[in-house]
Amino acid sequence: MIKHLLSGADLDAETATLILDTAAEMATLAGREVKKLPTLRGRTVVNLFYEDSTRTRISFEAAAKRLSADVINFSAKGSSVSKGESLKDTALTLQAMGADAVVIRHPASGAPHRLANWIDGSVVNAGDGTHEHPTQALLDAYTMRSRLGRLAGLHVAVVGDVLHSRVARSNVLLLSTLGAKVTLVGPPTLIPVDIATALAPGVQVSYDLDAVLPTADVVMMLRVQRERMADSYFPSAREYARRYGLDAPRMRRLAEHAIVMHPGPMNRGMEIAAEVADSPRSTIVEQVANGVSVRMAVLYLLLGGRGAGAAQ
Amino acid sequence: MSSYLIRGVRVLGREWTDLLLRDGVVAETGPGLDPSGAQVIEADGLVALPGLVDLHTHLREPGREDAETVETGSRAAALGGYTAVCAMANTSPVADTAGVVEQVWRLGREAGLVDVQPIGAVTVGLAGERLAELGAMAASAAAVRIFSDDGFCVADPRLMRRALEYVKAFDGIIAQHAEEPRLTEGAQMHEGEVSTRLGLTGWPAVAEEAIIARDVLLAEHVGSRVHVCHLSTAGSVDIVRQAKARGVRVTAEVTPHHLLLTDELAASYDPVFKVNPPLRTAADVTALRAALAEGVIDIVATDHAPHAVEDKECEWAYARPGMVGLETALSVVLSTGALHRDGEPDWDLIAERMSRAPARIAGLAAHGHDPAPGAPANLTLVDPAARRVVDPGELASRSRNTPYAGTELPGRIVATFLHGRPTVLDGKAVK
Repeated sequence: MIKHLLSGADLDAETATLILDTAAEMATLAGREVKKLPTLRGRTVVNLFYEDSTRTRISFEAAAKRLSADVINFSAKGSSVSKGESLKDTALTLQAMGADAVVIRHPASGAPHRLANWIDGSVVNAGDGTHEHPTQALLDAYTMRSRLGRLAGLHVAVVGDVLHSRVARSNVLLLSTLGAKVTLVGPPTLIPVDIATALAPGVQVSYDLDAVLPTADVVMMLRVQRERMADSYFPSAREYARRYGLDAPRMRRLAEHAIVMHPGPMNRGMEIAAEVADSPRSTIVEQVANGVSVRMAVLYLLLGGRGAGAAQ
Repeated sequence: MSSYLIRGVRVLGREWTDLLLRDGVVAETGPGLDPSGAQVIEADGLVALPGLVDLHTHLREPGREDAETVETGSRAAALGGYTAVCAMANTSPVADTAGVVEQVWRLGREAGLVDVQPIGAVTVGLAGERLAELGAMAASAAAVRIFSDDGFCVADPRLMRRALEYVKAFDGIIAQHAEEPRLTEGAQMHEGEVSTRLGLTGWPAVAEEAIIARDVLLAEHVGSRVHVCHLSTAGSVDIVRQAKARGVRVTAEVTPHHLLLTDELAASYDPVFKVNPPLRTAADVTALRAALAEGVIDIVATDHAPHAVEDKECEWAYARPGMVGLETALSVVLSTGALHRDGEPDWDLIAERMSRAPARIAGLAAHGHDPAPGAPANLTLVDPAARRVVDPGELASRSRNTPYAGTELPGRIVATFLHGRPTVLDGKAVK
């Protein structure tokens, strides 16, 4: 098993499949009266959050607690971090406390890579800048597999602000590894340069959402921040919604079985219309539930291989 | 004044000879000179070059003496074979007045390890809004001739035009940090496949090329000299080549790191590889090497940019850009093979690109002269056969931000002489 989960590229098909299969086992727990496993008893998981992200932090916290780990939440607000402590000094502190795993959310791309150099424990990237968010990609893959029964051969359209999206990068990497075909869709200003060759072979780019929808098995809508307008990535929210938003008429272009995903939080009326978000095709609520199972699987597999018996 | 006899040295790699240094000049040359009264330096197997001249050094004093001082930077320079360095103006306070440039010049004299030639800021506070007192700096004891807002681009075309024109009165030259700031807001690394993969905001090549294209046209229009700092892209090479062919008075420099390293190194997210302009692609590196050999790029300049540990041991986006380079420059250039001919270093060409041409551009009359009778005794002795592994802890610079840690590089500076006195002997600084 890998030691850290920093990027979707850290996962080969075998490892990714193992995580998804393990997550499926973890999901059966959710139906039980006692939802807890003793697996990580005595292990310490630190949630180190430099950005507000209640949903991701709660998801990791629930995952670690269901595995009986001790959980320390360390948020940049109200800690020494806001007094200007460096990431390295924070890392040394966590190291001295004996953190077995650190789940990090950080506004700077690559911060988890830096952290992994400075601590002995496992590092899980819970979103770094505009780089990656690998557990989001895993939960998205898990959701697709649950709904559609497979990943290999699926056509997944990832739509919106790909340039600034860590979710998109991790999804492209993981889905390509697992045999899905990815088309990135958005205005040219929000498609990063050389994307077709940068991440994985076979990635397609389209500027025309309507042309892509009929062949898509999955449409993943990315959050688009309104402030991108001010930087001239697109002229107005209205024009964005008209060209790249998923509304009810567009949804009808989809195949019968196709699903609609969104990593949240949504801008209803911008990239996704309310009637789409609330339709039976939407997996948005399932994604949240699956997030806990997938993060349990990740923590279990990263830490499980190095139990108390192999402490040296 | 004591004299030195350098015995059995190959000047610019030619047949071996002896060099007698006396009273600050090369007094005699020829095989088998009389050693009486002189300190003898055995130089069997060594190559003598005119002392190297760096047109682009950040000495950080005044203001960031924790990162470098004029003295520590001068020592690093001497150990790298340099006898003159041009100190960039982005200090704190900015070198935008006669007072600050004279302070830096005086600190250089006191250190006495290389000739420190201050560069003056083009605009007050490097703010890009109004001209600094360029004439006062030119008339000061520091006799400033190169003006640069390096670290920032003189982006306003009207202000750039004025600066180019104004310095003609005292044969000045504007050294431009070519970076269109609106195209590089938030930029962290070269814009391309790697920046896309790493999720780091891109610094597109066009941001450099657009400014160089504009500036060569401006220089042509007003009949002035312009110098391009740290040229880094294949496209910039084409623009400078065309401008030179038209007779524009443009010169350009390339750094050792842009001749060797590529943007792939950012994948580690280790900010030791963060630099401005950023490391480019392998295709750019190839074009830069060819342009340096051809002469489209006139010189190698280090852009030696020391930074304190805390400014580099952090997240990539929060790190300051820059690398130290004085102590490794010649070795890095040798390792690229850019200035080789028939597989061997072309020492005459190396002397041209790293000593004579930069001395000419900067107007440093005492530097850039091959060791010959009557020439100022500013020279360095290189052991071309030596190899060394770069250890950041052994650098004389106060900072450790070298991208070459653990890298084995060819060549070693054995001795450096400044105005006839050794600053480096046996590879060690004499003070």
